[in-house]
Amino acid sequence: MRILTGNDLKSGDVVWWTGSDWSRHVEDAADVSERGEAIAREEEAARRVNVPYVIDAAATPEGPRPAHIKDRIRALGPTVRADLTLRPADPAAGSWVI
Amino acid sequence: MYKYDTYDQAAVDARVAEFRDQVERRLSGALSEDQFKPLRLMNGLYLQLHAYMLRVAIPYGTLDSRQMRMLAHVARTYDRGYGHFTTRQNIQYNWIKLEDAPDILAELATVEMHAIQTSGNCIRNISSDQYAGAAADEVTDPRPWAELLRQWSSFHPEFSYLPRKFKIAVIAAGEDRAAMRLHDIGIEIVERDGQHGARVFVGGGMGRTPMIAPEIRDFVPLADLLSYLEACLRVYNRYGRRDNMYKARIKILVHEIGAADYARQVEEEFAHVKALGIDLPAAEFERIAAFFAPPAFETGLSETIDRSDPDFALWLDQNVKPHKAPGYAIVNISLKPVGGIPGDASAEQIDVMADLAERYSFGEARVTHAQNIVLPHVRKADLYAVWQALAEAGLAEANLDLISDIIACPGLDYCSLANARSIPLAQKIATRFADPARQRELGELKLKISGCINACGHHHAGHIGILGVDKKGTENYQLSFGGSGAEDVSLGKITGPGFDEDGVVDAIERATDLYLARREAGERFVDTYRRLGMEPFKEAIYG
Repeated sequence: MRILTGNDLKSGDVVWWTGSDWSRHVEDAADVSERGEAIAREEEAARRVNVPYVIDAAATPEGPRPAHIKDRIRALGPTVRADLTLRPADPAAGSWVI
Repeated sequence: MYKYDTYDQAAVDARVAEFRDQVERRLSGALSEDQFKPLRLMNGLYLQLHAYMLRVAIPYGTLDSRQMRMLAHVARTYDRGYGHFTTRQNIQYNWIKLEDAPDILAELATVEMHAIQTSGNCIRNISSDQYAGAAADEVTDPRPWAELLRQWSSFHPEFSYLPRKFKIAVIAAGEDRAAMRLHDIGIEIVERDGQHGARVFVGGGMGRTPMIAPEIRDFVPLADLLSYLEACLRVYNRYGRRDNMYKARIKILVHEIGAADYARQVEEEFAHVKALGIDLPAAEFERIAAFFAPPAFETGLSETIDRSDPDFALWLDQNVKPHKAPGYAIVNISLKPVGGIPGDASAEQIDVMADLAERYSFGEARVTHAQNIVLPHVRKADLYAVWQALAEAGLAEANLDLISDIIACPGLDYCSLANARSIPLAQKIATRFADPARQRELGELKLKISGCINACGHHHAGHIGILGVDKKGTENYQLSFGGSGAEDVSLGKITGPGFDEDGVVDAIERATDLYLARREAGERFVDTYRRLGMEPFKEAIYG
């Protein structure tokens, strides 16, 4: 699957396109297939997102898992500060990234 | 320390107001990201993996207690409670909101700080010796010259859009603690026949094409320094490769035309520039230099230190260095606790260091390119109290220049340019070698890790260097030996095929075992490597 990501313009938070809006949680990301670039242009023009781009991801029962480690780190947070990730209480979160 | 005059303050305040307007226009849509990006970068604001990142300039690594407290305040108020001290003697905040950036810069301006010259193709923040003004081996304090270069380079209209970024270091001691020859321009102030002048080295750097700067002039009278540097920059600005960013640094120009021809062109330009009268009147330099006058050191102080606490004695031997004033010492605060993140400090720790600087070091602190903090002027009689306070704050690791005192860039955990993570590897290495006795047995061993070829972690200059690469989507680490950023400057050589994270830790252990087995009296790891060459180390690593 292909999913669309970027950073929130104001906060800089990593966000994922859900099909109708942006979410901070990659598990909410929708498959944009070939429409990703067009959505990115529209959303960037509307100033709802900054520097959006399309990535490959694997569909898993837990939701999309970005293909590249860089985007998995973006999705969760730094691997060296569990307290700063989106799942600070989940000891298995790190293995999802690596 | 230098204090802003009305021109400095007005310039910084004006820049804050200008950036506030630019941010408002970006948020309103009047500016696109393409238009806004170069403007935010001129104010140190990057977009990194998780958020905006703000890099705040710490000119020549010198700051006072008031400024340190402001850094803690920014960490606490606008970020997530910590900051990251960098190999450029700056500090970075990783979780900044765009809408907060103007307020942060306004707060920094109240303590004479800013984020100017921390990005873009300009002359970046000037770096220097963290022991300046305190070192027993210095010819003079290099900071007045670093400050002069700061003023000269700030908003310099001719050098604000160079072919690429440009880094200058100034030192004034035989021991190079600033990796001077790995800068675009390295300046070493020396004394000859009773006169101070500058040895000028041009065309060093790390990155994808590491080079040691050759000496361009062995003695530039300091009265001519600005003119000479102006000439160096002008030749670069004229011929630097703007067509190819990978060949745009001055090191490529100097390498391609040769140091002799580059120097000849600089001399021609210098003859022209000198006539323009840009060098500072002596009185103005003296005004700047007066800000760096030595503090009021007490005399008649005791040299005796009570070493009865063994942990204190270990720290004393490792982290405390000689001071030029009797009864004083230089304290190095390691930001490398075993298992910690190199260079990171919490807001609370920054406040503790600010308090200690105020109480025990004439209000001064320094940031080192090795991502540590220095209290430059501490009475020997106060060392135990300082150590106790540091220990209470988790800041008393006795590992300066040992294998766990690792330089590491933020790597793939934070940086959008990185190919591999640096910090977890640093943590694994430090943990493997955590035993303090084992570290001391290995002695001085400078280990440096970069998460990509841009080499922010100075891996080329590591006695042991590690470069993280992306190998078909997997993190892989290239190992190199024999680099140095000090006065014995050299570039590391790659050992051979790369390793995964655990593999590189094992390889380092095998190399250090070989060193322990083969070293001769007084040899550091890098000395043994230089004497034996790569082959025995390769054999030990790859079998």
